[in-house]
Amino acid sequence: MLLARVVGTVVATRKDPRLDGKKLLVLRHISAEGADEAGYVVAVDTVGAGFRERVLTVAGSSARMAQGCRDCPVDAAVVGIIDQVELDDKP
Amino acid sequence: MFLARVVGRVWATAKDPSLESRKLLVLQPITPDGRERGRTVVAVDAVGAGAGEVVYWCRGRESSFPFLPGEVTTDATVVGIVDQISLAQS
Repeated sequence: MLLARVVGTVVATRKDPRLDGKKLLVLRHISAEGADEAGYVVAVDTVGAGFRERVLTVAGSSARMAQGCRDCPVDAAVVGIIDQVELDDKP
Repeated sequence: MFLARVVGRVWATAKDPSLESRKLLVLQPITPDGRERGRTVVAVDAVGAGAGEVVYWCRGRESSFPFLPGEVTTDATVVGIVDQISLAQS
């Protein structure tokens, strides 16, 4: 799973019927410290994430195991809204 | 599978029900000789790993297999704690 920040939404009228009613978010990958990293991804939202929130995202076929995504043509899903990332002190 | 060091934890209240009560670890992938390599990932813990430990983890759909018959939506899972790595001298 990767950490990401919600930076936008995607609206699509013509799409696979199994994606009907699903919210699509544009995510920017971030590091554990919160800094932007290279790469964007469009993911299905399963937890009700909002703009600028830090989220947890799964990629690949695991995304289909997220709630409501069974048998959907989905390879990225938002599965958690991050409250806190706790990093240990480096030795 | 890959080697990594546990460098932190993630807390999330709103999450997929399959992730309820699962521990989420921040991993820094490392090379066999202990150097950091690549971006950090968040993985579900299947073995009880803790801070600073060197672990091995797997990626992809197989990462949900430790939790069968449950279907945990994860693409990275810690599946072992490393005791020792032996490397041939080159």
